[in-house]
Amino acid sequence: MKILVPVKRVVDPDVKVRVKADGSGVDLANIKTSINPFDNIAVEEAVRLKEQGIATEVVVVSVGSTSSQETLRAALAIGADRGILVETDVDVQPLAVAKVLKALVDKEQPRLVIAGKQAVDDDANQTGQELAALLGWAQGTFVSKLVLQKPDADEITVSREIDGGLETLALKLPAVVTADLRLNEPRYATLPNVMKAKKKPLDVVKPADLGVDVASRLTTLKVSEPPNRKAGIIVADVAQLVEKLKNEAKVI
Amino acid sequence: MSTYNAPLADMRFLLNEIAGLKDILNLPAFAELDADTVDDILKEAAKFATEVVDPVNIVGDRQTPPVWKDGVVTISKEYKDAYKLFCETGWHAMPGNPEFGGQGLPNLVNFAVNEMWRSASIAFALCPMLTMGAAHAIENHASDEIKQKYLPKMIDGTWGGTMNLTEPQAGSDLTAIRTKAKPNPNGDGTYLISGTKIFITWGEHDMAENIIHLVLARLPNSDPGLKGISLFVVPKYFVNDDGSLGARNDLICSALEHKLGIKGSATAVMSYGDHEGAVGWLVGKEGNGIAYMFTMMNHARIHVGLEGIGVAERAYQHALSYARERIQGAIIGDAESKTKPKPILFHPDVRRLLLDMKSRTEALRAIGYFTAGQLDFANFSTDPAAKKKALAYVELLTPIVKGWSTESSIDITSEGIQVHGGTGFIEETGAAQYLRDSRITAIYEGTTAIQANDYIGRKTAREVNKETGEVGFTARALYKEVAAFADDLAKDAKLGDIGKNLQEAIKALIDATEWAITNYGPQPQVTSAGSVPYLKLGGIVLGGWLLAKSALLAQNKIAAGETSDYYQGKIATTRYYAKHWLVQASAIAREIIEGGESVLGLDEPLF
Repeated sequence: MKILVPVKRVVDPDVKVRVKADGSGVDLANIKTSINPFDNIAVEEAVRLKEQGIATEVVVVSVGSTSSQETLRAALAIGADRGILVETDVDVQPLAVAKVLKALVDKEQPRLVIAGKQAVDDDANQTGQELAALLGWAQGTFVSKLVLQKPDADEITVSREIDGGLETLALKLPAVVTADLRLNEPRYATLPNVMKAKKKPLDVVKPADLGVDVASRLTTLKVSEPPNRKAGIIVADVAQLVEKLKNEAKVI
Repeated sequence: MSTYNAPLADMRFLLNEIAGLKDILNLPAFAELDADTVDDILKEAAKFATEVVDPVNIVGDRQTPPVWKDGVVTISKEYKDAYKLFCETGWHAMPGNPEFGGQGLPNLVNFAVNEMWRSASIAFALCPMLTMGAAHAIENHASDEIKQKYLPKMIDGTWGGTMNLTEPQAGSDLTAIRTKAKPNPNGDGTYLISGTKIFITWGEHDMAENIIHLVLARLPNSDPGLKGISLFVVPKYFVNDDGSLGARNDLICSALEHKLGIKGSATAVMSYGDHEGAVGWLVGKEGNGIAYMFTMMNHARIHVGLEGIGVAERAYQHALSYARERIQGAIIGDAESKTKPKPILFHPDVRRLLLDMKSRTEALRAIGYFTAGQLDFANFSTDPAAKKKALAYVELLTPIVKGWSTESSIDITSEGIQVHGGTGFIEETGAAQYLRDSRITAIYEGTTAIQANDYIGRKTAREVNKETGEVGFTARALYKEVAAFADDLAKDAKLGDIGKNLQEAIKALIDATEWAITNYGPQPQVTSAGSVPYLKLGGIVLGGWLLAKSALLAQNKIAAGETSDYYQGKIATTRYYAKHWLVQASAIAREIIEGGESVLGLDEPLF
């Protein structure tokens, strides 16, 4: 069973980003980047399935600028077998990525796609769902446990964290699954694997080669810092608190 | 508490622009390696240092330091887990010979990665450092049988390794070594070792399955001086022919030292041969023990210098993080700060402290990386002339990297405490540990005085060109190159002020050097009295040279349209250093030239 895992290069979660002076976006020049943490979890899960003898090949895909090769290499160092960079300098939006992935799925014929549930830069949480819809495949989102019994299984069992507990679903394969934080704890890449990563196959294609138009359909009007929180007040007693909640905040 | 973040921007800049990574990767020895992979290695190591090694630093120091009981040393679970992961992920093996499981990376790349381990925790990093040092000695000097038996498991970290030199009466002077070795009466070619060794770093612990001790000892009827000392491999547990562990050797850790710093590492008193004698195997030839130790000297000293650089960087990051958060007092000359409080980073003196820490650390790192790169050219260049020149640079600069980086780190970590004010003096904030940990670095692997003596003597005043007879030719040629660079930079429209200060500083270094060359023979005591100031002068000026080179490169990159905070920062940092440190050079030159006699001026009874 082949597994396809999309990975995104994002601003490192530990970096405090700055809004550009002209409000057109955040300043990304020379900023530390890393693989989207949820995608890292997705790669780890796919590699574990391969180590268990269930998956035969793990293919990682990234859509972005040439720098995204670093992100692919990080995934190859964890244990993915090969990478595909769909190279574009356009600021791609989730639907465009989903269309690119659909084209690659048609070409590569994986039976399972494991994606991160969302990317920590735009937090859109759309790509996995849109891909499933475009493919007409089953989808299991926010997955915290994934069970695949054997390589030629017809279905996959996933657990999702929902309000009040866990929901367990059986999905018909092929399917799209999106990884939540608790799915696994990704390993540290070993130094020998980091050094081998550059030697693994990495194909570079353009969106046009896949027949996909990735032009933006959304326009960013303005990006600004969140407003500073206003200072709070200390209320004298519960009666005053209730009064303020009722009359000032109008929430009760 | 702050989190360690490897200074990747500065590391990359130094590797590529100052230390010659590109040329090193073009050497046939590194044909398999490319720049992207080097960068991937740095990023992965940075992550590991931040997430795995940095968090255990406090554990070894103030929570669960090593515990000794009846010869057994127990290490905290946190250290053990981190060590296990360090070995499993292959970081332990990284600097090793590929024939025995290492990666065969350039010394320069190992150096950058090793800086990260030392920033994260000197005490933790000492364990792999000593093991790899012992492995290095075995690799270079022991028989194939010994190599095959011990190296693979030492390099992957399954077994530890130690260096046993010091004895109570034999510190800096190893001629005083008394530990005995005698041929084993059973005639199997082994030796029986007996004696006490002290200050044995990671001499006993339970992180590794076995510990391979390298011990300096005297054979019967040997030369009473250094030539009578031989080197032996003495394993804690015997190793069977199939690689499994056998009986315990006759050696024991009789105590652990109580130390000012690096408390996470177990510093052992080792007792060999309390009963029948500890069985050892001779490394190489009899009487060559000291010579074998000296072949590793440059490498070991540069790496202790790196501890200074690493801990200085860590202290800077820790102080910076505090200075950005702590709000205290209005800022002088800033009326707005009375109503809208700003963090202490805006106080002029806190800025001075932080910039002092930052600029000095970057200067030290530049000399360190430059030297580490030269070591690769010295080892692997295919051009004999380039090889020779690189080796001469390594020889000259090693005492500066060791002596000046470590001395400066004591100062820099102390400044880190000062930024914290009273809370820096309290252990809970963590700033004090960096000062305590830094203190040993100026002592072990040759004290600062030994480094300074080496720099002013063997590397300068006693260095004679066999062909021309010129004395101190490596130093003179390098300083001439620095002077020519300073002359050019002094004409630069934007960096001319830095160039002028560098001109003045290199002149001071040249003056002091000429004085040292002239006076070393006739006035050895007066010259020796000025040797540590001379080391300081060399460190300040050469650090300033490489910073100024960096600033010029940064300016060119900005002019070519590359925008980056890093380049702006490099220029401002260099300017600070030029105005605060390079200006000290002429005074230090006077201290060396005019001050030596006054050191000897107080007669012994008057002390």
